[in-house]
Amino acid sequence: MNEIKQVGGRAVVVRGHDIDTDRIVPARYLKEITFNRMGEYPFFDERRDGDGNLVDHPFNEERFQGAEVLVVNRNFGCGSSREHAPQALYRWGIRVIIGESFGPIFAGSSVLLGMPTVMASSEDVGRLMALVESDPTAELTVDLEARKVRLPDGGDIDIDISDGHRNALTTGTWDSTALLLDNMDEVAQTADKLPYTSDFEGPAPL
Amino acid sequence: MSERTLYDKVWDSHAVTTLPTGQTQLFIGLHLVHEVTTPQAFDMLRERGLPIAYPQRTFSTLDHVVPTDMRVRPFPDEQAEAMTAALERNVREFGIEFYGLDSDRQGIVHVIGPQLGLTQPGMTLACGDSHTSTHGAFGTLAFGIGTSQVRDVLATQTLAMDRLKVRRINVNGRLPLGVHAKDVILTIIRQLGVGGGKGYAYEYGGDVLDRMNMDERMTVCNMSIEGGALVGYVNPDQTTYDYVLGRPFAPKGEAFDRAVAYWRSMASDPDAGYDDVVDIDGSAIEPTVTWGINPGQAVGVLESLPRPEELTDPKSVEKAYTHMGWEPGAPILGTPIDVAFIGSCTNSRLSDLVAAARVAEGRKVADGVKALVVPGSADVKKQAEAAGLDRVFTEAGFQWREAGCSMCLAMNPDKLNGREVCASSSNRNFIGRQGSPEGRTLLMSPAMVAAAALNGKVVDVRQYN
Ligand code: SF4
Repeated sequence: MNEIKQVGGRAVVVRGHDIDTDRIVPARYLKEITFNRMGEYPFFDERRDGDGNLVDHPFNEERFQGAEVLVVNRNFGCGSSREHAPQALYRWGIRVIIGESFGPIFAGSSVLLGMPTVMASSEDVGRLMALVESDPTAELTVDLEARKVRLPDGGDIDIDISDGHRNALTTGTWDSTALLLDNMDEVAQTADKLPYTSDFEGPAPL
Repeated sequence: MSERTLYDKVWDSHAVTTLPTGQTQLFIGLHLVHEVTTPQAFDMLRERGLPIAYPQRTFSTLDHVVPTDMRVRPFPDEQAEAMTAALERNVREFGIEFYGLDSDRQGIVHVIGPQLGLTQPGMTLACGDSHTSTHGAFGTLAFGIGTSQVRDVLATQTLAMDRLKVRRINVNGRLPLGVHAKDVILTIIRQLGVGGGKGYAYEYGGDVLDRMNMDERMTVCNMSIEGGALVGYVNPDQTTYDYVLGRPFAPKGEAFDRAVAYWRSMASDPDAGYDDVVDIDGSAIEPTVTWGINPGQAVGVLESLPRPEELTDPKSVEKAYTHMGWEPGAPILGTPIDVAFIGSCTNSRLSDLVAAARVAEGRKVADGVKALVVPGSADVKKQAEAAGLDRVFTEAGFQWREAGCSMCLAMNPDKLNGREVCASSSNRNFIGRQGSPEGRTLLMSPAMVAAAALNGKVVDVRQYN
């Protein structure tokens, strides 16, 4: 698996606090049993009026097509656990999200796709948003090892990401299954020590 | 850092090892599976040629896409049918317990876990659903996870997790008559914010929680994620043990006594240390109604809607006012409704239906209001019918349905149309959540929903005290 130490490119801005995963992918698209088409759905209803015509939305704007960095405000991806939301953004082309904060399940799922969610102060996010909106060709680079976003003018801003998420990405172990499978003997030992796996007649003893 | 809390004890006893990333590999005692968030996870196992590590610790049911009126197969909705068939195939192929439409154990995943005695104190639990925190009512550390994490749990019965901080939330005093568990959690979220729980597990306690029954504690824990907290729990006590006793998967006989001793030992110690403590006066809580597009945008039923200029962050309510179409400063009382929905994993258990039926009994749903009661599980439905609640509701003009998620989210035939306003006992008032991109949701307790149904508008349920 790839090590993800630096990731970036052109950016797109979606403003607003508390943008929930129902807004990112409406529930009706969760009825598909694969993630294959999710790239068609990010912000589906917000990008259209009642008759299905495209309306003003950053994801509809020509100048933001091909963006790989998404810049958002506070508590982005709150709400439902649906991995369809990060899948939709990833398959649309997003590779890293910079925001003030994120819903916990959304952030966890994003890392497992190799799409970091990194946090910056609200002032810095405001600056980034203004920069990208005035110059959509500006390239931003998220440097996970240095915990910085590098700006085209040579400047940078500080970002935060949990050590666990950062290490998983930078060492290429963000798809955690293989890492977890390494320790199945210890898993069995831990399970055996739990009284409910053996000593009670609860859910079928192991 | 917190110490000697239930969170710490359960975490430490389930920690397998520290991963090279610095995260903890955490053993998961119980994995609950439903049709929506898992087909891709089973496919990933197939692609990688992996079996389920602990199939006997995995239980599954159907809830999100099932129609709640006619349940004849194949479903008219081809996608719902395909999704249902996929789960049926997966449980057969991988050999896991399954409660399908013909099982008397079918129901919303967060209703059936506790009901069957699968959910137990001192255990870790995971489910590909954000309201998994419901199970925290038992003193269980219950994690809502994404689909790739479902894959991890299936393949290894573990998750790679970061430890959370613990915030103790004391709700003190006594709730006034007509004020319910739903009002408590809506008030907590309103006060601490929809992102306030970021990085925290919420431990709920205090006189009000101590006096609550298990259904009520589940309502509170259910909405932890709406406050930004991945995990929420209540320490187990005699109320918890009495609830678990005798349920199908509960320990039996002497094993039950040993279990209780263990469960008791897992509760937070009296001198436990917390990262944060919040005190809330329960006697000041009112019947609460959301007016906006997230569960923190709530007011007491006698209050008026906030004026943006009085808020620290006026922009945060702009989108809410645009979507809902209300005027700042208007009263919430008297807001007309089109639909009334009693159901969802927040409020579809027997005591919720009893509270709503008490209001509805002998009265009539207002003209033009579509009112729906959807029990959380086949078992709740059976018990409610044995108590005659179905007749109370149908005589009042409510529809009485089969168990499922129904109008909580738009994945089955129960949906809002156009700009309809729905008084709802569910947990999310997000834009589009109930199936219409223009639809509007007012969250409230089941008793308040019943009262709104009878009046065709938001009223104060205390008029029926
Ligand atoms: S009732 Fe609603 S919140 Fe609960 S599991 Fe079903 S869809 Fe999710």
